Amino acid sequence: MIIAVASGKGGTGKTTVAVSLALVILEVQLLDCDVEEPNSHIFIRPAITDTEAVPILVPKIDEEKCTSCGRCSSVCVYNAIAVLGTHTLVFPELCHGCGACSYFCPEGAIEEVPRNIGTVEAGSGRGLKFVHGILNVGEAMSPPLIRAVKRHTDKNPVTIIDAPPGTSCPVITSIKGSDFCILVTEPTPFGLNDLMLSVEVLRKMRIPFGAVINRCDIGNRETVSYCKKERIPILMEIPFRREIASAYSKGIPIVEAVPEYRGRFIDLYKSVLKLQGMNQS
Amino acid sequence: MKELLVISGKGGTGKTVVTGAFASLAENTVIVDCDVDAADLHLLLSPTVKEAHLFKSGLQPVIDEERCTRCGTCRTVCRFDAVTPKLSISHIDCEGCGFCANACPEQAIEMIENVSGEWYISETRYGPFVHAKLGIAEENSGKLVTLVKQQARSVAEESGSDLILIDGSPGIGCPVIASLAGVDCAVVVTEPTISGLHDAGRVIEVAKHFDVPVKVVVNKFDLNEEMTQKTEEYCRNNGIAVLGKIPFCESVVRATVEGKTVVEYDHGEAKPAIVKIWKTLEEELGV
Ligand code: SF4
Ligand code: SF4
Repeated sequence: MIIAVASGKGGTGKTTVAVSLALVILEVQLLDCDVEEPNSHIFIRPAITDTEAVPILVPKIDEEKCTSCGRCSSVCVYNAIAVLGTHTLVFPELCHGCGACSYFCPEGAIEEVPRNIGTVEAGSGRGLKFVHGILNVGEAMSPPLIRAVKRHTDKNPVTIIDAPPGTSCPVITSIKGSDFCILVTEPTPFGLNDLMLSVEVLRKMRIPFGAVINRCDIGNRETVSYCKKERIPILMEIPFRREIASAYSKGIPIVEAVPEYRGRFIDLYKSVLKLQGMNQS
Repeated sequence: MKELLVISGKGGTGKTVVTGAFASLAENTVIVDCDVDAADLHLLLSPTVKEAHLFKSGLQPVIDEERCTRCGTCRTVCRFDAVTPKLSISHIDCEGCGFCANACPEQAIEMIENVSGEWYISETRYGPFVHAKLGIAEENSGKLVTLVKQQARSVAEESGSDLILIDGSPGIGCPVIASLAGVDCAVVVTEPTISGLHDAGRVIEVAKHFDVPVKVVVNKFDLNEEMTQKTEEYCRNNGIAVLGKIPFCESVVRATVEGKTVVEYDHGEAKPAIVKIWKTLEEELGV
């Protein structure tokens, strides 16, 4: 089973929930798909055993064969390849690696060469299997790297995905194919606004979900009323405590800092199993 | 005219709260929300929309079932797994590259303009506000950010503004890179946690990569003074100025709940800290 942990708004406690949930499940794998700002490793401190550079394929022009016909640039919608006089220029940062240019080049003058956009690291720590991706600084496109992290998924028995914040392509790529999604939010106007957006995303993707309300005693009750109105199950509420915030700041998972949370996260896992089971039958 | 961008790397460090506060302190400013993915600044500024426009993000394939002979070429060439085994397009996966349309031997695929969001020019109590809403599960947030910034520039020129104040998005990917283009200064709002410093470090690297000068604000600094010191040390070692530190203060959430900026909400110690930071920034930017 794949459980994704996501949040429209950043900093609501996604990583806290993903890490703690993973730590109370036996035989589990944690994939940190927030490749722009991966943080789970701070709490897991994994020993990395495998490192793999992740490339996308970009065109390389054989000037000898190129006749400057311009077919490549006419099929590239990203303006990543241009013919100027007798020179064909490639702008690798704009290239999405779709492969159209090399396919259509009538002279066979385009070869595809790998360009690294980031790294995937795999290993283990605190008794769980761990994989994350690190996007290279200055790279714009994270989805290919997220897909590379997700190729490590071994569905058996449980995979937890720590997703990036937001509602666009990186999030979609991360949570696609999940059996359940936990949306972490906080009861503030920002939290609620972004929760509503995430709910739309999940409904569109037809992934069953529930909410965890972090720092539930700050802000107002509107998030709770919204969940009730929309029949979104509230799976867990975590109050604001300085000891939790302080443990977080030092990279200590909440289940370790406040032991009673082990039980609470086990309950969270049980609720997810129950809801996911209901969804299947 | 100067452009100031507020970013954070990590989400939830208080980026929008700080931008909102700056908006109420700055004079003659155009305010911009470039966090098009999960925009929140409007909740503090309660804008009155003056103009709304559709955002056309690019092209999307549509298969003409009449012409399609089910040869499956589109599925073979697509590198994004966006053509399903039943040969329909999964728009969530499609990158709009058009490879399928060009490769289809029957010319059965047409690329049509996709509307994936809206952008607005609004009026607020602190001046003009340019913002946007990306549709659910849509792509091309970078392109929308670029568009919003261009619009903000023309609004600023028309109104003779001194400053464009931009709320950025979390992360280091395409919307952040698009928001960094051409700004005079990026303020990185961080928090004193290991994650906060780790993420701030990465976004600072990105800003440097694009030659944008960076300054740092440590929010909720008293939640872990040791990490605050480490953050300051990091900045010192990397030649980055720390503009100031904001204490953790419950009034920040209360102000947000009331739809006010911290500056308008007259309680707590966060306000004087932010006012001081703004003064320093104003002087350094020369606005
Ligand atoms: S691979 Fe696709 S995106 Fe890259 S240059 Fe060729 S046509 Fe353009
Ligand atoms: S436009 Fe490109 S990404 Fe979309 S379905 Fe066609 S080949 Fe795939």
